Amino acid sequence: MKKLINHPERVVREALEGLAAAHGDLVRVHFDPDYVYRADAPVQGKVAVISGGGSGHEPMHTGFVGQGMLDAACPGQVFTSPTPDQMVEAAKQVHGGAGVLFIVKNYSGDVMNFEMAAELLEAEGIRTASVIIDDDVAVENSLYTQGRRGVGLTVLAEKIVGAAAEEGYDLEQLKALLERVNANGRSMGMALTSCTVPHVGKPTFELAEDEMEIGIGIHGEPGRQRMKLKPADEVITMLFESVVKDLPFQAGDRCLLFVNGMGGTPEIELYIAYRKAKALADEYGLQVVRSLVGSYITSLEMQGVSLTLLRLDDEMIRLWDRPVKTPGLRWGV
Amino acid sequence: MVISKEAVLAWIRAFAAAVEQHKEYLTELDAALGDADHGANMHRGLQAVLDRLNGVADRDIGTILRTVGMTLVSSVGGASGPLYGTFFLRAGTAAGTKMELTADDWLQMLEAGIRGIVDRGKARRGEKTMLDALGPGLDTLKASLQEGQPLNEALRRSAEAAREGMEATIPMLATKGRASYLGERSVGHQDPGATSAYLLLQTAAETWTAGA
Repeated sequence: MKKLINHPERVVREALEGLAAAHGDLVRVHFDPDYVYRADAPVQGKVAVISGGGSGHEPMHTGFVGQGMLDAACPGQVFTSPTPDQMVEAAKQVHGGAGVLFIVKNYSGDVMNFEMAAELLEAEGIRTASVIIDDDVAVENSLYTQGRRGVGLTVLAEKIVGAAAEEGYDLEQLKALLERVNANGRSMGMALTSCTVPHVGKPTFELAEDEMEIGIGIHGEPGRQRMKLKPADEVITMLFESVVKDLPFQAGDRCLLFVNGMGGTPEIELYIAYRKAKALADEYGLQVVRSLVGSYITSLEMQGVSLTLLRLDDEMIRLWDRPVKTPGLRWGV
Repeated sequence: MVISKEAVLAWIRAFAAAVEQHKEYLTELDAALGDADHGANMHRGLQAVLDRLNGVADRDIGTILRTVGMTLVSSVGGASGPLYGTFFLRAGTAAGTKMELTADDWLQMLEAGIRGIVDRGKARRGEKTMLDALGPGLDTLKASLQEGQPLNEALRRSAEAAREGMEATIPMLATKGRASYLGERSVGHQDPGATSAYLLLQTAAETWTAGA
């Protein structure tokens, strides 16, 4: 394993120290318990939007703290859910008297830890609402499984809901909006290589030189199918068709098309992927009215890509365009 | 035979030592089914428990176990933190201010702790989780005590049933937690949560029957 680290056990802490040092104008970092919060928090009268999850997916979530997006983010250890005390302390730090909205990705650890945090906060008289994001079409949903994983859509949801909170939406309105975003977005990813969790020291899974994993999760969990590597256009077609048929997206739908890098994929390849995905969207008669290309929800150094399509309405488009000023996403300011 | 407060403390220390000893193994099992962090996370949490254990060593059993639970909740993360944390919180609440436990006390604590795991994880037996080791462990403890076995024999049988339950997770299809994403590919691997849960009951049996 080659990594630019000092010690496997200090990866998260030292990265947070770096974030604080680089972006002190936007965010503050609290240690023990660990959370990142807006430099100007609490914003009085505003619902506090908080997310969190295992580290290793940067810039999500810590890089999305700031004006127009998250009020706080709670990073766990690499690929490990944060603990309830982090969410509780973060919520107390940033809540402006209008309640707290938790954006939770659908992993059993995240769901249980946020649930415990919500119970503890309610006991202290702080109102909370939680929405679980589960957009990964690679996982078949069923009553008997954990259900679909939360992946790329989380980035778009945090941006849109963060903008709405900034505009003064109340807790119920934000929850409804977040549920609507979740209901209208779908994603799927693939990997060319594994990733290596620092304190584990060896690759999470083995993939031969000429193989790829279709439907990969953001922690290197296996997906739908392992197969021989194919050219980019064929790979993107597989992802796109799975995503588009699932909702299903229909001709005339206005969409946001998000091509995301898994951490180890160069931007030049992401644009090759976007080019094909956009051509397919055109073939299906979708109107791609907004786009996002880059590595925003990653799996350490994994090589791979994910596609997310979100069906937009006027309100979502307006909120997407609102200013955002965070370490990881910034426009209009 | 009763279980003294010192024996309860010794059990927690033995569980921490067993997890430390099997840290790599638990992580390997988790690499096949999840995200390869179960050993490291449980080890980190139990080291934090050991740091705090001395501070509450002269308190009642309920306080000791609730401290263990809160420490695990705030230091393990993942799904194991809330699940093991809830187990110890509920077991501690069931123990109350007792300074020693009868067989029946332990049975009720184990029952309460397992109910906590069911509530938190919304899982049932047969879904390839820690419940598949704990459930048989509880059933056997109860049955052995009912048929009049002494506590040390009931504890040994309970740990043995947990071991069998753990091994029975190998052919199971996972339908809860991260392993459920694997679908059919989860079959053929022993569940890491069931494995650490076996260690929990095995160390209880070993610690409490030593010299008995």
